[in-house]
Amino acid sequence: MSLQIQNLTKIYGPQKAVDAISFSVREGEIVGFLGPNGAGKSTTMKIATGYLPPTSGVVRVGGYDVVAHPLRVKRMTGYLPEHNPLYLDMFVHEYLHFAGGLYGLKGTPLKKRVEEIIDLCGLTQEQNKKLESLSKGYRQRAGLAQSLLHDPEVLILDEPTSGLDPNQIIEVRKVIKEISRNKTVLFSSHIMQEVQALCDRVIVINKGKIVADDQLSNLLKNKGGSTLIVEFKEEIDVAELSAIEGVAEVIAITAFKCKVVTQQGKDLRGELFKYASERNRSLIELKVEEYSMETIFKELTTEHSK
Amino acid sequence: MIRIFYKELNGFLNSLIAYIVIGVFLVGIGMLMWVFPETAVLDYGYADMDTLFSLGPYVFIFLIPAITMRSFAEERKMGTMEFLLTKPLTEWNIILGKFFAGFCLVLVAVAPTLIYYYSVSLLGEPAGNIDTPGVIGSYIGLILLGGVFCSIGIFASSITPNQIVSFITAAFLCLIFYSGFDSFSSLVAEGTLALQIRQLGILAHYDSMSRGLIDSRDLFYFISLTGLTLLLTKTVLSSRQW
Repeated sequence: MSLQIQNLTKIYGPQKAVDAISFSVREGEIVGFLGPNGAGKSTTMKIATGYLPPTSGVVRVGGYDVVAHPLRVKRMTGYLPEHNPLYLDMFVHEYLHFAGGLYGLKGTPLKKRVEEIIDLCGLTQEQNKKLESLSKGYRQRAGLAQSLLHDPEVLILDEPTSGLDPNQIIEVRKVIKEISRNKTVLFSSHIMQEVQALCDRVIVINKGKIVADDQLSNLLKNKGGSTLIVEFKEEIDVAELSAIEGVAEVIAITAFKCKVVTQQGKDLRGELFKYASERNRSLIELKVEEYSMETIFKELTTEHSK
Repeated sequence: MIRIFYKELNGFLNSLIAYIVIGVFLVGIGMLMWVFPETAVLDYGYADMDTLFSLGPYVFIFLIPAITMRSFAEERKMGTMEFLLTKPLTEWNIILGKFFAGFCLVLVAVAPTLIYYYSVSLLGEPAGNIDTPGVIGSYIGLILLGGVFCSIGIFASSITPNQIVSFITAAFLCLIFYSGFDSFSSLVAEGTLALQIRQLGILAHYDSMSRGLIDSRDLFYFISLTGLTLLLTKTVLSSRQW
């Protein structure tokens, strides 16, 4: 089952929250949906789950239009809303029974399924507690569990790891990875490591527009050359370094240390060594700075906002 | 719908709401019926249940908004509205589930007063001399009135995430619909107009039912008022899409 979004626009009063975006997520694919706060991620997800109607454009889940067949779409979608709303006065298993019941599960199959999900999400110890007494990480798991009960084909998770501590993030991530086999998953986040850890493809959205939609590796590759950090024992002559073939820019950090930005696709480590030995300088540090998701994110989302 | 109904009912039973509502209603009505000399049957000297049916609605005006005030207000405040609306449920499923849960609680609160019928009929002279059709009509009226109040309460709860605002709005609207039109009609002197305004309120229809006359126009009035208020609630819920 796939998720298709075509020309989706959502206007709140004078503000265009989502501006004619189109993308699709194939069956079995995990796609990270990135963007700064207020970029339109949650709005897109709310439309895809049928909570809000689009101003224009079409969202299809498994081939069905969300607006025309809301119940059918809701039946095959699992959704974890942004702030993970829970009935805090319910017990964990009670909550899951209720959510399962809403999907038409009942009797023994429902009981079995709830047990399975509790096990899968690591809630076994907590199942007889009230949701209000759970820690944030466990509440998040309960929210996830709820979205998985009916074994949905499409899973939409809105910031599943926001507000969790690093250990909890890793645990929730593990759960997502485990359940996401054979499912179409779209999840939003503004944590880059998460995207790197979980998905194959990234869609970056800024101010309601898609600014990148690519495989993670391509994004990393295409974004210019690499950066080297170089430190010498002697003072650096910036002009000399810039003269080396393949150097795009030299940015001095201190008198002894600088950043060397290389032209696309070049590895200048050898050249720098040669330079140092020819001029009789002692190279004491040479480090390749990876082009991280963070840098890409920053570039994509600031460039376009001007 | 059934799932929402059970969830709401469990919510009433797990919090203290259900017990308090039933307890307060029965204690209040019991005291008025049997203890306080101004209204008690024993001092009144006639074997009828007018006290229950004339004061019951006023107790409902405070109790039913208390039952229904959290129904949508809480869901909105906690964000669980989004949870419900992204599940395979229609808005009507949610509204009716909540409405019938509240209504069911009202029925349970009223049910024990059936014992009063037995007690009062024994007090008649000769024993058993009681206006049974009047009592049946009054019960039907009281129950339908409970339904109207529940739907008003649900509506008031849907327009705000604040439970106190919801409670006060609901109580006020219930009062207006119950006796407001009646009082207002006394301001207008002319005959037919005053009568027409009176007919808009619940009291006119409730009174005619308590005489034991079950008129389809009265039934229609109660049911359509309930339906209309629930329809308004549906409109409020859908307004997130505007």
